[in-house]
Amino acid sequence: MYPFFYRPMFEVIEDGWHSFLPEQEFELYSSATSEWRLSYVNKEFAVCPSYPPIVIVPKAIDDEALRKVATFRHGGRFPVLSYYHKKNGMVIMRSGQPLTGTNGRRCKEDEKLINATLRAGKRGYIIDTRPLNVAQQARAKGGGFEQEAHYPQWRRIHKSIERYHILQESLIKLVEACNDQTHNMDRWLSRLEASNWLTHIKEILTTACLAAQCLDREGASILIHGTEGTDSTLQVTSLAQIILEPRSRTIRGFEALIEREWLQAGHPFQQRCAQSAYCNSKQKWESPVFLLFLDSVWQILRQFPCSFEFNENLLIMLFEHAYASQFGTFLGNNESERCKLKLQQKTMSLWSWVNRPSELSKFTNPLFEANNLVIWPSVAPQSLQLWEGIFLRWNRSSKYLDEAYEEMVNIIEYNKELQAKVNILRRQLAELETEDGMQESP
Amino acid sequence: MEHIRTTKVEQVKLLDRFSTSNKSLTGTLYLTATHLLFIDSHQKETWILHHHIALVEKLALTTSGCPLVIQCKNFRTVHFIVPRERDCHDIYNSLLQLSKQAKYEDLYAFSYNPKQNDSERLRGWQLVDLAEEYKRMGVPNSNWQLSDANRDYKAAICRCSQPLSGFSARCLEDEHLLQAISKANPANRYMYVMDTRPRLNAMANRAAGKGYENEDNYSNIRFQFVGIENIHVMRSSLQKLLEVNGTKGLSVSDFYSGLENAGWLRHIKAVMDAAIFLAKAIMVENASVLVHCSDGWDRTSQVCSLGSLLLDPYYRTIRGFMVLIEKDWISFGHKYSERCGHLDGDPKEVSPVFTQFLECVWHLTEQFPQAFEFNEAFLLQIHEHIHSCQFGNFIGNCQKEREELKLKEKTYSLWPFLLDDQEKYVNPLYSSTSQKPAVLEPNTVAFHFKFWRNMYHQFDRTLHPRQSVFNIIMNMNEQNKQLQKDVKDLESQIKQHKNKQTDGVLTKELLNSVRPESPALKTSLCLKEQTLLPVNDALRTIEGSNPADNRYSEYADEFSKAEPAVVSSEYGVARMTC
Repeated sequence: MYPFFYRPMFEVIEDGWHSFLPEQEFELYSSATSEWRLSYVNKEFAVCPSYPPIVIVPKAIDDEALRKVATFRHGGRFPVLSYYHKKNGMVIMRSGQPLTGTNGRRCKEDEKLINATLRAGKRGYIIDTRPLNVAQQARAKGGGFEQEAHYPQWRRIHKSIERYHILQESLIKLVEACNDQTHNMDRWLSRLEASNWLTHIKEILTTACLAAQCLDREGASILIHGTEGTDSTLQVTSLAQIILEPRSRTIRGFEALIEREWLQAGHPFQQRCAQSAYCNSKQKWESPVFLLFLDSVWQILRQFPCSFEFNENLLIMLFEHAYASQFGTFLGNNESERCKLKLQQKTMSLWSWVNRPSELSKFTNPLFEANNLVIWPSVAPQSLQLWEGIFLRWNRSSKYLDEAYEEMVNIIEYNKELQAKVNILRRQLAELETEDGMQESP
Repeated sequence: MEHIRTTKVEQVKLLDRFSTSNKSLTGTLYLTATHLLFIDSHQKETWILHHHIALVEKLALTTSGCPLVIQCKNFRTVHFIVPRERDCHDIYNSLLQLSKQAKYEDLYAFSYNPKQNDSERLRGWQLVDLAEEYKRMGVPNSNWQLSDANRDYKAAICRCSQPLSGFSARCLEDEHLLQAISKANPANRYMYVMDTRPRLNAMANRAAGKGYENEDNYSNIRFQFVGIENIHVMRSSLQKLLEVNGTKGLSVSDFYSGLENAGWLRHIKAVMDAAIFLAKAIMVENASVLVHCSDGWDRTSQVCSLGSLLLDPYYRTIRGFMVLIEKDWISFGHKYSERCGHLDGDPKEVSPVFTQFLECVWHLTEQFPQAFEFNEAFLLQIHEHIHSCQFGNFIGNCQKEREELKLKEKTYSLWPFLLDDQEKYVNPLYSSTSQKPAVLEPNTVAFHFKFWRNMYHQFDRTLHPRQSVFNIIMNMNEQNKQLQKDVKDLESQIKQHKNKQTDGVLTKELLNSVRPESPALKTSLCLKEQTLLPVNDALRTIEGSNPADNRYSEYADEFSKAEPAVVSSEYGVARMTC
């Protein structure tokens, strides 16, 4: 595969493989709280094959307990910390579905684990990304959901985020509609509607907003899971962080988010991004989950154009590299595979390339103004738009739009220039003034 | 004022359309001769012009009071809850009367007083001078319009109403006239006659003794039907669109199928395609074009004015656009008062023809962001005023009526009013250099047409992006101009200073000129403000001051524990909180 043969033509200033290590990320939290710890229970990937070697768990729970909990969760994906909200100490945890099965099996260690995140007398929310009937049907296959009797302090909310081939078909229909170039308005609108793409976006965004609301408004911790905990779960946890945490909206913060919540969290990129919308054979596990996430970020970016340090180009670039890249970052399905493939030694990290100043300038948003606010996007259909930068990219000329963007950047640059100049001149004038002042007084 | 029984009602609630019922602002409702005014507990004012009111509805009494829904012609919808049924009823009746005037003289324009004297008023009316415009176009007499871009080719856009040909009538004079038009263009042997109606309609008109030109009788003519629907179809289309927009808990599917069902974008595209055909005929084929529909004042106006806009960059300037409207709409007899429902007249004559034209222009500004001197706010403001009846330009149905009403002596013109505020309407990305295309060639593949949220949800702020990139760039552009002045100022002061120093003389005046706070300081602070779209001033609020909760979904029903729902609404609110 290409990444194994690629030799970079640029100087590597920073090795992207080591830019976002879990220990470094954890330090950002450990300064604020002592209720959590790093666990190395999975360092051989024996407890959970899709998890990274290091995870963050409540301090009160020991590794033995974690091993037991792993047997109760789909794919061994026991609940781990996804995000710590500094403002009020509430957290987002994520996991796979509980394997309650038809017998109503329970696991005391699992209950203890998630209860450990609750403050005395407070309750938490479990956001199940599957509709109730789907969650109920899962029991027949050994899965299920958290029963009230065993989790009395938790309220369960069901959402309805689609998965697998439904998303893939949605993408295929959308791409076909965009390539149609029809002059028939009714045909275009009906094909756009039939693809359901924006419906999925709305559902994902709504769920993320709900999660963020639980933390920020209700002051409650949450646990998010779907079936496997590798798709819709990650969409929700990462989007919720975009909403809640300004750091995720900076370039480095966003990269760290992708590292943590997608790459290390074990989203199966190899399976999901094998081919894309243009392939003829239907791959069973192919699904544009990551693209839906990027599109959702784009929707928020458009609604809050000054709150993101990066621009649309970064998102488009990530989309491209998830499918085909000269870098090793998106290869494999999880950390275990990446270790086996020895990617760190044999390939270059995407971040090494992106974070070079000459590249960064392409991805920087000229309108960015750092703020520390929580941003709440509108999910009304009128507020959501088709991501033309991805879906109409090759179908229409962007010449005038690009020129307009250039002009906008020029105005902003000129503004900075003028302000700097004015400051220099004023200082000069002030100096001359004091000199004269000194001359005047005897 | 005799229509107003209750002039003030307290404890009225104003509901936010896009959240659930317990989010509302309480305040006082006032009724004046010209406006409805709501002042809430934060002293925020909402002004609604009576003329803008399209529909008032009293809904069923609820426990919290009597709901009153007002839909406006500028697509604003307000939902009040009046505590007492009697008050609600009074206001309802008053609004019914006030929003439907019987006489022109009762319209706002005849009482509006901006405190100008007569000569100022007259100068205002003379700002847009059609004689000047024809001179600019290089036309010798006033029966001809020549597109400036084609001065060399002498191709012409002409307009008229449908020929009264029936099934067999001929008019030799008409044929000769068209021949003359054709001959006036040496560059091409043939000319086009564009009939903007769907073919079927034109044929149906034949039975009534009207119809279309018989190609056999007119030599050198090529015929083109461009299929734009009539005013009744357009009125119904907009109605359906507004119904979709007003739906609570709207799903993405319902939104798009609603759009498709309304057909609104389809009509917009039809108008645009017709204008493009016109422009191509002129530019590419150097053929003259005669445009008509049924009466010559609706679709014809749309196509001719839009076509001119595509061809001539002058009409894309602020002044040029005003001239275009005067020329192709007002002076040619678009029936503004009937189409906009200024008086309590025939509802079948009301139709959003001019609104469609503005929307087509908006689509062009989206495809060619640097080609227009004006911005979206300009279009929205003009739209606001075709319905407001605050100015005389759009009152009446033709020039004759306007003269009879003595509009120039009794009312004011909109154009100087807009020109005075020009900096609000300037497009900061406008490039008047040769890089911009002279003739616009828009792409009308269906996906280029988008829903104009800023028009149809202008007052629903929660739906819009939280920061307006456009406004930021506009402000920055203004600031740049100021900063440039400051730089010059400071440089000259420094120079003066240095000169004085070498002279060895320092006067007190020079010291003082350095002291006053530099305007640059003020302008750099302005950069921190992030303002929304420059819509109705009365709606401006401070960022983040709305305490409304976000509620994103229906709570799971199976939970029997009686606790307050965490989430209960489909609509998010685009907002920032600390």
